[in-house]
Amino acid sequence: MNPVLKVEDLSIRLPEGADRPYAVNKLSYSLYPGEILCVVGESGSGKSMTANAVMGLLPKAIQVDKGAIIFDGKDLISLEEKRARDLRGNRISMIFQEPMTALNPLMRVEDQIGEVFLIHSDLSKQQRKARTLELLKDVGLPDPEKAMRVYPHQLSGGQRQRVMIAMALALEPSILIADEPTTALDVTTQAQILHLIKELQRKHGTAVMFITHDFGVVAEIADRVVVMQYGDMVEIGSREQVLNQPQHPYTKKLIAAVPPLSAPDREIEDRAGQSPALSVKSLCKTYVSPGGWFKPARTVHAAQDVSFDLYRGETLGLVGESGSGKSTVSRCIVRLLDSDSGEILLGGSAIQDLDHKALAPFRKQIQMVFQDPYASLNPRKTVGRIIADGPIAQGVPVAEAMDRARELLKLVELPETALDRYPHEFSGGQRQRVGIARALAHNPQVLVADEAISALDVSVQAQILELIDTLKKKLNLAVLFVVHDLRVAAQVCDRVIVMQHGKIVEAGNTKAVFEDPQHTYTQNLIASIPGADWRSEHQPTAVGQPA
Amino acid sequence: MSIQTLFYIGGRLIKGLLVLFVIAIFNFFLIRAAPGDPAKVMAGEAGAADEVFLQQLREQFGLDQPLYYQLWVYISNLVQFDMGQTYRQQMPVFDLIMDRLPATLLLTGTAFVLSLGLGVLVGVIAASNHRKWIDSAISVAALVFYATPLFWLALMAVLLFSVFLGWLPAFGMETVGANYTGWDRVVDIAEHLVLPAMTLGLFFTAVYARMTRTSMIETSRADFVKTAKAKGMSPGRVTFRHTLRNALLPVVTLAGLQAGQMIGGAVLTETVFAWPGIGRLMFEALFQRDYNLLLGVFFISSAMVVLFNLVTDIIYCLVDPRIELTK
Repeated sequence: MNPVLKVEDLSIRLPEGADRPYAVNKLSYSLYPGEILCVVGESGSGKSMTANAVMGLLPKAIQVDKGAIIFDGKDLISLEEKRARDLRGNRISMIFQEPMTALNPLMRVEDQIGEVFLIHSDLSKQQRKARTLELLKDVGLPDPEKAMRVYPHQLSGGQRQRVMIAMALALEPSILIADEPTTALDVTTQAQILHLIKELQRKHGTAVMFITHDFGVVAEIADRVVVMQYGDMVEIGSREQVLNQPQHPYTKKLIAAVPPLSAPDREIEDRAGQSPALSVKSLCKTYVSPGGWFKPARTVHAAQDVSFDLYRGETLGLVGESGSGKSTVSRCIVRLLDSDSGEILLGGSAIQDLDHKALAPFRKQIQMVFQDPYASLNPRKTVGRIIADGPIAQGVPVAEAMDRARELLKLVELPETALDRYPHEFSGGQRQRVGIARALAHNPQVLVADEAISALDVSVQAQILELIDTLKKKLNLAVLFVVHDLRVAAQVCDRVIVMQHGKIVEAGNTKAVFEDPQHTYTQNLIASIPGADWRSEHQPTAVGQPA
Repeated sequence: MSIQTLFYIGGRLIKGLLVLFVIAIFNFFLIRAAPGDPAKVMAGEAGAADEVFLQQLREQFGLDQPLYYQLWVYISNLVQFDMGQTYRQQMPVFDLIMDRLPATLLLTGTAFVLSLGLGVLVGVIAASNHRKWIDSAISVAALVFYATPLFWLALMAVLLFSVFLGWLPAFGMETVGANYTGWDRVVDIAEHLVLPAMTLGLFFTAVYARMTRTSMIETSRADFVKTAKAKGMSPGRVTFRHTLRNALLPVVTLAGLQAGQMIGGAVLTETVFAWPGIGRLMFEALFQRDYNLLLGVFFISSAMVVLFNLVTDIIYCLVDPRIELTK
């Protein structure tokens, strides 16, 4: 069979001053009709570069150095721009990672999809409309008639991604490039979108280049897999080959870092007689958006009657999809948000109604690690000050606080020289270590990690998870782990709480919940995890083995 | 437009009236706090200034009454849409303002349309040629016009175009004594309009150009622009259909600000070019301590600002479907 797309000896040069000379280096692979080829790699591996080169979307500073991308007998690199444009969105189309921003906020869905026909076909207005409606039906949007007329902000993330897919498949392209199309979606939505892509791909015989960092997704949909590292292709093969008998050490390391879905056996300590470090009782929080004269007020119950206990030395997972209220609960607990009713007992004292001043001593006992390591550190302060500022604000002398910061850096396995450097000099994983050191500066009893690893690459995730686990044991911390990734929850949590629409739908020991989920929502969540079958057959690997 | 939107607009109008009421009171005290006495100014101009005459004048204009009573008279007249009489011309203030309004609106309106159109266009050109020489040239020119004082620019323009080149008239709105009619008159006024409108508009052209450029460059990095390119659109179509429409949102805010100043914002330009508009009227009223006239101009100007604030919000809601006018 002839490949539909052939990448030949492709090298793409990075601008001077980048960490390496080439974004991709002497890359060669083929994409065959009707197959799904997954291009896998961590951030910075150059996995999206080829796709962008195909679509002519490379930033101006980045140039193709040599090589060719052959499509339909023509080299897309040297093809005249005007003729390349005729192929884009027509014969080759692309969907992107962020459904929230990939659609023009000022244009109706109908017009955005219709544009594709307007550029590449001579359909009349009526015909464009009819085809658009058909497409929206094909991608399974509820009420496609209405979906035609709405603006992107009126759709959910999953719905927007469906619109993107409809747009990409409008002219039945030979190739669909999907750049992390499900990364920003919830796990149940992700399952639906993956299913949709696969189904449409089968129906139309489209060749799909699927770029992802998630081996679960690979296991779910790939026919063949390309593994990228620092711009080099380190491995290529069928899904079974790459996932089950990886050859290259880097592939092995990546796959080993994927947490298996089954929860390991854990000793469940008997907590009877112990008093919890944190106790939440009937916590409620409702958001109300004020209505107008004729508009009813909109209320969202972000937390309804949420109760749980957290003991020192254990990790409790707070699991749920976006909008489940898990972040609201965690923010109420650290008093970044005020709860409406209920009690929050920290070491036995109720803190939910304390004012700023009275709360200060309690702040030391409960600290938070945030999701985005890039946004949660003040870029104008040295790492030393970032860590020491909390204790200094609480009255610790500066010199003492800085000494403590030095110790903390050692504790989170960062060099002491980090003290005088600024956050931008560190990688995402290192920054998250700084974030943890900052949280630990107060010697807290309770650590709240709000999606603390979800912005990190999988191998870095594993390291940070191990660090948190080690610290928990060393310092006898109570850890509340807010997480949407069930694989991660299965690995690190002693107990989990599953939330949906602001309510706890299931709670229990991790192993029990994963092996025998009681609530339909939990069952649905677990069933939606991509590649569930693949990894559960394997022996659980210890988390965080550096290669 | 939905019923909620109409209610919102109604609510905003009521709030706007309240704001105007407060502004009117504030203006009243502000003017009285300034030094100077209208009676003395008028007596000075009449040549004789004995104490009896002054007293007569004060009585005539109600200036001998206690302040709170004057305020009461002013406000109670105002709510009946009566802005009182000017001290000098002995004309209703409203009529005088309406008499001068067309000239001002012609000037500021032209400047507004010109600066908005030109500014956005230049901004788009600069953004499309980001980091090339044409972008740098536009940025430098915009900075120069942004930083140069208006009156100096006006004087230099008069020197160059009227005195040295003799292309355009230096002042006034029409050629005195020519008594043109019909098309000739239009051309005559248009010629007189060029210099003041340019002077007034250049500053805002620069502001719009800078803002459009920044906003365009920022928007061109947005994901939906990438989507548009991936559809196979030509660069021009991407720029105008996708980038520009989104990039114009902050420009709308700014245009609303400029539009609000259409009545009160041309004092300097009108004075330099002897343009017979509200700005010059205000300038003269200030020197003559013509309280009623000043208050009238102030009031109309503030009403304009309040009104255009609302108009801006409505336009915003029309161009950006994410914004709803309900709250």
